[in-house]
This record gives sequence, C-alpha cells and structure tokens, in this order.
Amino acid sequence: MGCTITEKILAWHCGRDEVQPGELVNARVDLVLANDITAPLAIEAFRAMGAKQVFDPARVVLVPDHFAPARDILAAENCAMIRDFARELGLEHYYEVGRVGIEHVLLPEEGLVLPGELIVGADSHTCTYGALGAFSTGMGSTDAAMAMALGEVWLRVPESMRLVYGGELAPWVGGKDLILHTIGRIGVDGARYRSMEFCGPAIEALSMQGRFTMANMAVEAGAKNGIFAVDGKTRSWLEKRARRDYRVFESDADASYAEELSFDVSALEPQVAFPHLPSNVRPISQAGEVKIDQVVIGSCTNGWLEDMETAARILEGREVHPHVRVIVFPGTPKIKLEMIRRGWMETFIQAGAVVSTPTCGPCLGGHMGVIAAGERAVSTTNRNFVGRMGHKEGEVYLTGPAVAAASAVTGRLSDPREVMG
Amino acid sequence: MMDSLILEGKAWRYGRDIDTDAIIPARHLALKDPAELGAHCLEDLDPKFVRRVREGDFIVAEENFGSGSSREHAPLAIKGCGVSCVIAASFARIFYRNAINVGLPILECPQAVEDIGRGDRLRVNLEKGTVENLSTGNTFQAQPFPEFMREIISLGGLVQYVKKRLQSG
Repeated sequence: MGCTITEKILAWHCGRDEVQPGELVNARVDLVLANDITAPLAIEAFRAMGAKQVFDPARVVLVPDHFAPARDILAAENCAMIRDFARELGLEHYYEVGRVGIEHVLLPEEGLVLPGELIVGADSHTCTYGALGAFSTGMGSTDAAMAMALGEVWLRVPESMRLVYGGELAPWVGGKDLILHTIGRIGVDGARYRSMEFCGPAIEALSMQGRFTMANMAVEAGAKNGIFAVDGKTRSWLEKRARRDYRVFESDADASYAEELSFDVSALEPQVAFPHLPSNVRPISQAGEVKIDQVVIGSCTNGWLEDMETAARILEGREVHPHVRVIVFPGTPKIKLEMIRRGWMETFIQAGAVVSTPTCGPCLGGHMGVIAAGERAVSTTNRNFVGRMGHKEGEVYLTGPAVAAASAVTGRLSDPREVMG
Repeated sequence: MMDSLILEGKAWRYGRDIDTDAIIPARHLALKDPAELGAHCLEDLDPKFVRRVREGDFIVAEENFGSGSSREHAPLAIKGCGVSCVIAASFARIFYRNAINVGLPILECPQAVEDIGRGDRLRVNLEKGTVENLSTGNTFQAQPFPEFMREIISLGGLVQYVKKRLQSG
C-alpha cells in the first residue's frame, strides 16, 4: 500500500521509511514560528525548560504581527520581550515593525518555508504553507518552546482525506470561495485531526496565492494540515525566493485515504460564510439583503497581491458607499510597495478606503478595525465566531476579496458581477 | 505532579463548537497570567460563568471543544478560573494538545456528555478515566490516553518532559 505526501514527509522527519495514521511520533522540525501573542508564553516555557539556546538560530522565526504596531502598553511589553529574546539568542529572522508582515504571507514571500519541510508554528493558520507541498501545522506556545529547544515536536500521524476539484472557476470566483464551499459541505470539524489533500484540475489551474488561501483555512474544518502537490507554479514561486534546498514528495497512486470527496466547481458562485461559523456558507445569490457597516480586505487568508488586485479592479473609479468604512490591510510591506507602484493605493484612497499597515489587528478584534454592537462586517479573513472582530453582538460575513469590494460599493452583501456588469 | 486524581464539583454545560474566541476573547491575549486570563473565561458566551464558577467545577461540552486559534491562553484561562477538568464529546486538535501540554485535565467521553445536565454534581477519577454523575447515578469510562501522553501528563506537562530530556543530555 502506498503513502500520502503527508505520511512521506512525516516519515522522513522521523528517520523512518513509513509511518501509519494514528501513530504518535517525535519528528524533527525544519522551522518554528511564533508571534507577539504566542511567543511570550513560549519564551516563558523555554526558560522553564532550562533551555539556553535554540536548536538553530536560523530556523526560529519571531513575527510581531498581532497587536503590533503595539496597541497598548501590555502589547508593547510583549513585543519588547520577543525582541530582546531574538537579540539575546541571535535569531536571524526577527521582523521589526516596518519590515514585518502578516506571518503567513511573510514567510512564503521570504522563501523561509519550502516543499517537503515540517513546519510548526504557534498560530493555528500555520497550515498555510501546505500550499507549497510542506507539512505545516499550528500548535500551542509550549509545543513551540519544545520545538525551539529540541528541534522536535510530538505528533499524531493524521489520516488523509482527498478532495478533488473538477471543472473551471467562473470569473470573480477564487481560492476563498473553494475553501468556504468545502467547509460548508464538510463542517467545522469535518476534517478534525486529518490531513486535507487538495487536488484535481481546478487546483492545478489555481494560482499559488489561491492555494495559500485554501491551505490557510484547512484549520477551519478542524484539519491538522492542508496540502498541495508541487508543480510548475510552486517551482516558479520558489525560484527567486527559496533560501534552502528542498525535497519534493508526492502521494502514491495507491495511497490510502480515509475519505475522498469530489467537487464540480464550474457552476460555483462567490460564497459567503454567515455568522457565526465558517461552515455557515451560502452562495451569494442566496445572501438576501444584508446591509453592512465595515469591509475588511486583507489578512493571512487574503492579504496577497492578487487579492489586492481583485479589490482594486472593483474599486477603481468607484466610491465606497457613504455608510461603509473600508479597511485594506495588505500582507507585507513588499505587497504594499507593489500596490503603490501599480497605482492601487491611489485607487483605494480615491474610493474612500483606508490602507493600513500589515497587521492581524482587525481579524481578531485586536485593534485597527474593531466593530461595535450591532455592526456588520464583510471580511476576507478566516473566522466569524461570536465576538471575533470585536463586540459579541457584532456580525462577520466571510467572503473573498471580490464580494468584499463589491459590497463596499453597494453598502450590502453583493455579487461582484452586479457591480462590474 | 497533579494535585489530586479524584475531582469533584458542578457541571457547567455547553453546546458544540465552543471556540477559543469564546473561551478567551482575543482582546485579552496580551495577558499571560492564568488568574488574570481566568477572570475573562467564557465572558462573551456566558457572562455569569466567571462570577459563579467554584474551584473544582467542570466544563462539559459537546463536539469540537476548543476549535479555532492555537492560543494556549484558552486552557490557561480555564485553569485560572478554577475549573478542574473539561469533559467533551470531542476536542479540536490544537486545544487537545495544549491542554495536555499545560496540565489541564481533559476527558473525551460522549456518553457522559449526553448524560450530564447543567449543574449536575460530578466525581471524576483521572487515574481510571471515569466520570460519575452523582446527580443521575450513572458512571462512564472516558477514552484512555496513549502511553506517550500519559508520560507528559504524569510529569505535569510538556515543560517538565523537555526539562528532563535536556537534563539527560
């Protein structure tokens, strides 16, 4: 019996020929990540473990992106704590405000996460890097501390599910719509403890950025990781970025899957996840009349250049509805710079949107875009739980960037085809 | 080491998909101290909980408890407000490992969850993995932990496990 890509990567990192789903293993990690919320607890645990040095100063990455630029004194102290730790231990990849981006956009952009690698991060959306054919998963701070100290983590080898997407996507439909539709079908624990392996013609046709978006939300179905095969698109993404050599794994034709699902995406409309679960998904044609107060475009899910382009195309020459505020937050400073070069900053500002610095702030109701009781936000982020973006009586509707930008113009949940004709 | 293997208290009963934003809202994540985090535990879901929960009480929930973010602040907040153990029909995976790692006792036992009502008195034997509902008189057996996790639990968490590994060179 053959093995899946996830099983092969894990086996390699355990120094074994094969691993079986359900086994508990200690595996070598290639990279460990933490942010300004999770790193302070990880550093405390690291010290309590009696560790003096990290396993490799080039492979521990600290990214102050959640409550940074510091939103208050406590946040500033947490940022200071991780800055001091990075300096003291000589960590090569610490990113100060100005150079920092949203971690899961920043690391792929910097070429720090590569195919065949085992990456763990003290952030649930660490699963994003599966788009590159890596095994990548979110854990807690103490796990990250163990990985920092020993270069190892404990893992249960997940069963894999194979998700096959056939057909061709319609205009204004992208990776976000595919993953929302998938979560709508299988539920928020439909892939619990499992690996989601995304494949099929529609996946082969999808851009790298669309794949990052899909892998990013694998955790929203409860998955341990989401993963894609390496192809020409992956290789061209890595061409000028990869910082290390990498090894490519692929699933065997006779690999065993716990479940196989297929999707025909040709008729797929833009999707919306209604409050308060990412699985509460409807096609935009069935959204009804939902008036909105805020639009958020960005995050580790949709803060890529391609997402900015989609939003800019819709907002070009149009105005944000007078009752709506629009917050655009690109994933990294490089993306923001490219937006300036391409004239999109002007597009957004002329339309009446604010373009923020890269930060996780509004996505988790941290700062720079928190909503009040009774307010409704259309957001390209990844969670719409009660209280996620601020007040517990606020509402978040998850969409891709096209629906978000179209809704910004009309002041209600809208199909981009309505605005663009 | 764990303080006590026999726990007794009242059940706080919740539904399915209790996410980590509900357990501890992100606005409080700049805090690190379990007691300070505990003061906000479940505040958006059940504002009365923190005021009324007593040392030793249980959180009992349906499927997929702890879904969402990787924040270890979630099990810390639960510990910090005095809850002795979480019993759920199932746990989201990151919450599950975080709880083991920080020494918050958890038990996966769908049959017990079905039996337990809000306010029921429970007695839990962590060594045996049994859940006794003193209000209904029914006893249930939770899923046993794999050997490796039992080692982490018996050492009192992952910090002690790594400490031992580092000391042994």
